[in-house]
Amino acid sequence: MLKRLRENKSAQGTLLALPTTVWMFILLIIPLLLTLVISFGKRSPDGEVIYTFSFDNYLRLMGFSSCDGGQSLCFDPIYLQILWRSLQLAFNTTVLVILMAYPLAYFIARADPKRRNTFLFMVLIPLWTNFVIRVYAWMMLLRKEGAVNIVIGTVAKWLGIDFVPLELLYTPGAVLIGMVYEFLPFMILPIFTSLEKIENSLYEAAADLGAGSFRTFLRVTLPLSMPGVVAGTILVFIPVMGTFIVSDILGGRQYILVGNLIQRQFLDARDPAFGSAASLILMVMTLVVTYFYTRKFGFGEEIIAA
Amino acid sequence: MNPYRRAPSILIPAILVYVFLYAPIVGLILYSFNASRTNVTFEGFIPSFSGRVVMEGSLVKSAPCGPFHWYCDLAKNSDVLEAAGNTLTIAFTATILSTIIGTMAALAMQRYDFKLKPFTQLSLYIPIVIPEIVMGIGILTLFSQFFGWFNGLFGLTGDARLSMGIVTVTVSHIAFMVPFVTLVVQARLQGFDKAYEEAAMDLGANEWTTFRRVTFPMILPGVLSGALLAFTLSLDDFVITFFTNGPGSTTLPIYVYGLLRRIITPQVNALSTVWILIVFLAVLLLQWLQSREAKPQHE
Repeated sequence: MLKRLRENKSAQGTLLALPTTVWMFILLIIPLLLTLVISFGKRSPDGEVIYTFSFDNYLRLMGFSSCDGGQSLCFDPIYLQILWRSLQLAFNTTVLVILMAYPLAYFIARADPKRRNTFLFMVLIPLWTNFVIRVYAWMMLLRKEGAVNIVIGTVAKWLGIDFVPLELLYTPGAVLIGMVYEFLPFMILPIFTSLEKIENSLYEAAADLGAGSFRTFLRVTLPLSMPGVVAGTILVFIPVMGTFIVSDILGGRQYILVGNLIQRQFLDARDPAFGSAASLILMVMTLVVTYFYTRKFGFGEEIIAA
Repeated sequence: MNPYRRAPSILIPAILVYVFLYAPIVGLILYSFNASRTNVTFEGFIPSFSGRVVMEGSLVKSAPCGPFHWYCDLAKNSDVLEAAGNTLTIAFTATILSTIIGTMAALAMQRYDFKLKPFTQLSLYIPIVIPEIVMGIGILTLFSQFFGWFNGLFGLTGDARLSMGIVTVTVSHIAFMVPFVTLVVQARLQGFDKAYEEAAMDLGANEWTTFRRVTFPMILPGVLSGALLAFTLSLDDFVITFFTNGPGSTTLPIYVYGLLRRIITPQVNALSTVWILIVFLAVLLLQWLQSREAKPQHE
């Protein structure tokens, strides 16, 4: 028996991969299938799931619901607005993050190799600081009495302008800042990795051929660092679409994203069927965006570096 | 023009981004020394030491630990200690298990061909490309449906019922940690020279001895950095834990999240500061391991 196993390479591989495969099957594949099944179900009066096959939850997400006791179909785009808001926020966050991450990654990649590790280390500390703690930090900064208002107030006083502290917390802007802060390091690292890989000889060649530093950047550096930007975009866009803590704490009760919608169906509203449908729509949305995006720009190995 | 010279224009944006990254952290640490209990504005440090806490309104005038009052307060908070204990228990258990099965899977993926391979690959890839909440509510649904069915089947009631707790959190953590362990170990295996193993076999070592004496020591730095990454992911996790925890299995991120919806004293800042310090040390350790790994090993 043992001897046969020793000769059978395929059986060895299966055996080695089996624990992981079984684990992932039970805790990933089955849950996803269960989500799919339940999304066609209905909510019972006490918040349990009734297994049926209806598209009601999906129709409701698209804005259609029955009203007048099921007599007619009403259209209320509230959930479409939430989906659209989440997409917009994810898009805006990603763009802002790229604009902030690129200069820093460029700076680190071009820094003296002796100091490069220190600069990188300085990016890792905020990255590994707990997600919830980082939201809390911004909650403190954005309050009426917070540091942001103090800084603006001091500058205003210095310029002789009257200044009333702004209510920055619980605004869409606060959510955007929080999201940018949370996910910025996820963009810096892959861009850095792809910038670091560019060989010096390419810059030399560009210089020999008479390109100035700006043209070298535009024609050599930027195109070659695109895999990093693509990997970073995936690492930022996907989690922003699903995060609910940032909007929960910095956006207040009124500012709802898909993540908040799903979370509330499972905890407050007790409608898992509707929550499952929303969750699947979220998954499909991120997969579709990621698919088209990576097909257009390629999929770099930089994603592993982060 | 020298293309290597850093354009001066890049220095200022880089500094600004660093300021953006660190301002919240500095603020967080500063407020952990706040004399004000309400923690709305910074009212200065606690000026003096004394045998007991002396308050004046919401201001702490003196305390046994002086400026470190909130840290001492934190050390006495049994909820925090319990949450910290849970967090570490879950992280240690999940790290050990996910490192073992993740390393095995990495070996299988890198070295062998088998029928199940595409499926294993897919299941390791999915957690990375879907939002965490999707996995979280999926697991929540699985457990609640299964527990409901199981408890009903055996007529379990009260404390005998199966319910969410440390076990469900640990089991779910392993599911999202394994893909990362596999990724890191696989990367290490890719740069592995098979000649060493062949040499060992030629010298008469069997597969197990070869693995124990040659392969494993060589991939050990990769396994360790995979384990450390997994450990940090587990300590840090909010979403999966949020949907799979139950009474008595609160972890630190869940505990802090709960506090943010109530009155916040500088104790939260003290907790955050301690945490940041631990992360700082962990990242140092990780970097040290990776720098060791980067050096080629010849024996």
